[in-house]
Amino acid sequence: MLIDWSSLSTDLVNAFGETFLMVGIASVLAIAIGLPLGFLLHVTSRKLFWANRFAHISGNFLVNIVRSVPFVILLVLLLPLTQWVLGTTIGPTAASVPLSVAAIVFYARLVEASLCEVDPGIIEASQAFGASPLRIICTVLFPEALPGFLRGFTVTLISLIGFSAMAGIVGGGGVGDLAIRFGYYRYQTDVMVVTVVALVVLVQIVQMGGDWLARHADKKDG
Amino acid sequence: MIKLENISVDFELRGKQAQLVKAVDQVSLHIQRGEVFGIVGTSGAGKSTLLRTINLLERPNAGRVWVDGEDITDLTGSALRQERHKIGMIFQHFNLMHNRTVFDNAAFALRVAGKSEAEIQQRVPEILKLVGLEDKAQAYPSQLSGGQKQRVGIARAVANHPAVLLCDEPTSALDLETSAAILELLKEINERLGITIVLISHEMNVIKKICSRVAVMAGGKVVEEGSAFDIFATPKADFTRQLVAHTLNLDIPEHLIHNIPGTVLKVHFLGDKAENSVLSATTVRFGVSVDILHGKIEYIGNRAMGLLVVRLADLPVDAARPLPATSTLPVAERIVDAVQFIRDNASHVEVLHAH
Repeated sequence: MLIDWSSLSTDLVNAFGETFLMVGIASVLAIAIGLPLGFLLHVTSRKLFWANRFAHISGNFLVNIVRSVPFVILLVLLLPLTQWVLGTTIGPTAASVPLSVAAIVFYARLVEASLCEVDPGIIEASQAFGASPLRIICTVLFPEALPGFLRGFTVTLISLIGFSAMAGIVGGGGVGDLAIRFGYYRYQTDVMVVTVVALVVLVQIVQMGGDWLARHADKKDG
Repeated sequence: MIKLENISVDFELRGKQAQLVKAVDQVSLHIQRGEVFGIVGTSGAGKSTLLRTINLLERPNAGRVWVDGEDITDLTGSALRQERHKIGMIFQHFNLMHNRTVFDNAAFALRVAGKSEAEIQQRVPEILKLVGLEDKAQAYPSQLSGGQKQRVGIARAVANHPAVLLCDEPTSALDLETSAAILELLKEINERLGITIVLISHEMNVIKKICSRVAVMAGGKVVEEGSAFDIFATPKADFTRQLVAHTLNLDIPEHLIHNIPGTVLKVHFLGDKAENSVLSATTVRFGVSVDILHGKIEYIGNRAMGLLVVRLADLPVDAARPLPATSTLPVAERIVDAVQFIRDNASHVEVLHAH
């Protein structure tokens, strides 16, 4: 069977557009909400300046619950939320709601992990010089953990691209959905191969870009 | 300058049985303006915890902390941060920000204290020059050696003109030579900028090099306190004696002491006495030979402290030189007199053996 390149390329371009839309919305929200959430988890932990048992435990609990639900289930579970937020449950924008929720908690965990890697001695030194908690967060913790944030963001982006394949369930479309509908359901192996190759290339580019950024932000090893 | 009154810090050990450990137990210290005060002790003695109470990084469970005539014990929030702007601190592991340049690290305390960018641009090069890193302003800490990192730490700590500099084991992560250079720099900062320094170390050698007064800590308590010279020269507490013995010790082979003929003495000279010519006077007055088997002279704050192991024996008769009048006595008596003479003129004499 010959590939109909013209129709495939149109489909592929549309699919990439949908993927970028979903992943784009989710990753913006991951940074906007997941990053502060990660900071909250970290600075409320024991031994840190805003130690707060209640905030720490409830934050942790929330993140763990969302993270333990498989994404396909989350997609369905959050349909009422999507309906409430957008007035619809179908389409790429609708799919980006559960995708964003998953991305926020996922990224928050990675942010918290990077913050734990910051040498506590540096925080102690900052306190010794009379730096306020907000200053420590903005001018000490943030720049020191930035390489970790960038690496974590790369991991989040790539996971989102993977998750977005399931968005087809709610009519979200995207590259992964194209591979399933044409490649799998219609036995068009060639389409499957082309889309998968396209995804491999996409993931490679994201990973390389993320690595490059992280390397340039990280001065720890000279 | 700094007054600690009955400071106690308790640590709660988490485990099967919750245990309360007194890290610092009822410690009172008074540190004068402009001095270099050392706190020495083995690890776990509580010296680091005590140092941290001075800027309240560690809040004491009991006792008061006075800095510059002000009781700061109950300060919190921004009042405490204001106070900390006046207290610099350097650390064993430097604690520099890895992703900031030397310039930005040194500028940290100034930025925290709300100095203008113009002041920072003027002050930071000045302070980097003082610590000898003017050419490294744009380097990152990972590109520096350990000694250079500590210099950045010192620049950061003194940039904002603090009245006090707290040093938490500042040379313990450095090699011997680098450590000497860092201590030299601290001394210079103390003398030139008049900053009061409180330094903790487990090494008596560090204390010996720069401290004017010393407190010795063991098990959370100060067991002895005094001028550095007195602590080294006449340690009173057993623990201090052990510590000092490690620095000023002379290892003489056992067999040498016991088999050598003659009387073997261990002689301590302190301060002015170290500068008198006691031994040559002994030879001349009593006609006994004085052979030095081992010796060491240390200078602590410009005062000498000597330890010699000497052997006294009969002086071989030299026909060309008449012996002093006393040498007509039998040799045994002359040696007894000589020992008494040395005893009168040295600080402490111990007879290791007499034949």
